[in-house]
Amino acid sequence: MKTKLLSVPYLVWMGVFMIVPLLMVAYFALTDDNGTFTLNYITDVGQYANVFVRSVGLSVIATVICLVIAYPIAFLLSGLKQHRSMTIVMIIMLPMWMNFLLRTYAWMSLLGNNGYINHVLGLIGIGPYKLINTSGAVVLGMVYNYLPFMILPLYSVMEKIDPSLYEAAGDLGCNSRQVITKVVFPLSVPGITLGITMVFVPAVSTFIISRMLGGGSNLLIGDLIEMQFLGNAYNPHLGAAISLVLMVIVLLIMTLMNSFDNEEQVLV
Amino acid sequence: MENIISLKDIVVEFDGEKILKEISLDIKDKEFVTLLGPSGCGKTTTLRVIGGFITPKSGEVIFEGENINSLPSHKRSVNTVFQRYALFPHLNVFENIAFGLRIKNVPKAEISKRVGEMLELVNLSGYERRNVARLSGGQQQRVAIARALINRPKVLLLDEPLGALDLKLRKGMQRELRRIQQQLELTFVYVTHDQEEALTMSDTVVVMNGGKISQIGSPTDIYNEPVDAFVADFIGDSNIVDGIMARDCFVEFAGRGIECVDKGFAPNEPVDVVLRPEDIKIVSTDEGQLTGIVKTVVFKGVHYEMIVDGGEYQWIIHSTKHEPVGTQVSMRIEPSDIHIMKKTKEI
Ligand SMILES: Nc1ncnc2c1ncn2[C@@H]1O[C@H](COP(=O)(O)OP(=O)(O)OP(=O)(O)O)[C@@H](O)[C@H]1O
Ligand SMILES: [Mg+2]
Repeated sequence: MKTKLLSVPYLVWMGVFMIVPLLMVAYFALTDDNGTFTLNYITDVGQYANVFVRSVGLSVIATVICLVIAYPIAFLLSGLKQHRSMTIVMIIMLPMWMNFLLRTYAWMSLLGNNGYINHVLGLIGIGPYKLINTSGAVVLGMVYNYLPFMILPLYSVMEKIDPSLYEAAGDLGCNSRQVITKVVFPLSVPGITLGITMVFVPAVSTFIISRMLGGGSNLLIGDLIEMQFLGNAYNPHLGAAISLVLMVIVLLIMTLMNSFDNEEQVLV
Repeated sequence: MENIISLKDIVVEFDGEKILKEISLDIKDKEFVTLLGPSGCGKTTTLRVIGGFITPKSGEVIFEGENINSLPSHKRSVNTVFQRYALFPHLNVFENIAFGLRIKNVPKAEISKRVGEMLELVNLSGYERRNVARLSGGQQQRVAIARALINRPKVLLLDEPLGALDLKLRKGMQRELRRIQQQLELTFVYVTHDQEEALTMSDTVVVMNGGKISQIGSPTDIYNEPVDAFVADFIGDSNIVDGIMARDCFVEFAGRGIECVDKGFAPNEPVDVVLRPEDIKIVSTDEGQLTGIVKTVVFKGVHYEMIVDGGEYQWIIHSTKHEPVGTQVSMRIEPSDIHIMKKTKEI
């Protein structure tokens, strides 16, 4: 009885800040200006299919790159003594304390046509290259901003693996590569799924990164939604419909991944 | 080839501190060897040197006549049952046991057959699909043994495998392990800090203390002829008191001169006198050599344990009969039951 009572503030919080906004998004997406039901806006989303494909594509690439970079880092960290690894985790987190906009601005001045990178390349006689306003720059921005969100869940899962399991695997004939594939990898799957979620979801809905590093040609879903609410294309119904479709896509991808995760646990 | 494993002057250091101090040990083929010693004396470390998880700072590890110092653990024909089992939580019982064979790409049919045999050997048939995390301590321990044995190692290293089990299960598993060792004709190197376990199971007991080997011998030798006061104290309860060898076959302790059978000490050399609790007999006053007052009596199942206050020393006595608390008793020790040891430095 008492525990139920204690959960009331949380339920109220959830209701006011999660459920109600969700219902409002759904309401806006499925009605027109007069408040009558319509599917027109949902079907209109279809014309932006290329933006969806680009957003999901770039986010998937960024997520995979994050995973490839973060995995060995997290594994090495998990093998260090506690105080050492904590220091390094702090250093990795440090850029996170700086404003998101500021960090992305920094990349703008690095990648610009007259930016530092091209300047240095010019000194040794190559370039200039078009670095900014490319999809590569958008992916770079995503990886840079979201990498810690991949490292942390991986590290926290790997750190809990009993090191004697690695010795046991070695004892039973595994070389170091097999220790990774047969023991570390299967045991770190929960960290991988969590890390992918924590990188993919913000990446697929970002609009600042694409705006600042992608120029006009790399419009993402986030930009599209923002334009419907704040930009000159003002159309909150379409904006809500795009949000709704994006939400469904993300949910589908997450469900797919979690079922893979569970299968992994049973199969191996 | 007599010795399957030899350790020669093994030194292991952690953070500049010597953990193993020139350990030398020969292990014969098909022998049940137990490393016995108090916590922190270096038993696990010695086992890890043999298993290939630690490279010694100096010294040689010889396996069937060859130096294997630089051979990594996955290439040694030695398998380990770890102190806390280290079963793979993501694999079920069958896959845990099959792990070593899968790594060696053994054909599927043979894997099924051999895992089945192993499950039978450790009495776990029917548990194939169980999650290892939900097994009892005793069952986990048997999975760990099966997982190691399926690779048909020449030597099995076991690090306190029965540490987490209750007394009854322990006794059962001790018999079980001994049976497996004899049935498969394997060499077992077994670590424990339980002296009774060491004495009942082993062919050879290696008593370790502070990173050194104190004594190597058969259980009877270790029990009856401990080389120093530490071994005597560690192997069973002992009364250890200061004495002086007045001359050959005559020792003075607890204010009395008593005949014994040891000789070869310098005249009036200070020694440790070790008396087993079951060797101190309660006798009538005229036969007695020592006297004291019974302080406590505890029934230990087979015998009574009495603490007798003799003024200078508290004597521990084991006997099937007991005297009431508070009575004055006389005690007698046969000359051959008095063990004289050279003084060792206090540890
Ligand atoms: N990796 C390590 N780093 C530093 N010191 C260690 C390490 N492993 C063991 N030691 C130290 O070496 C000594 C011997 O350890 P070891 O584990 O061999 O003892 P043990 O005889 O197995 O004890 P127990 O019966 O408690 O298991 C201990 O003092 C321990 O603190
Ligand atoms: Mg140990």
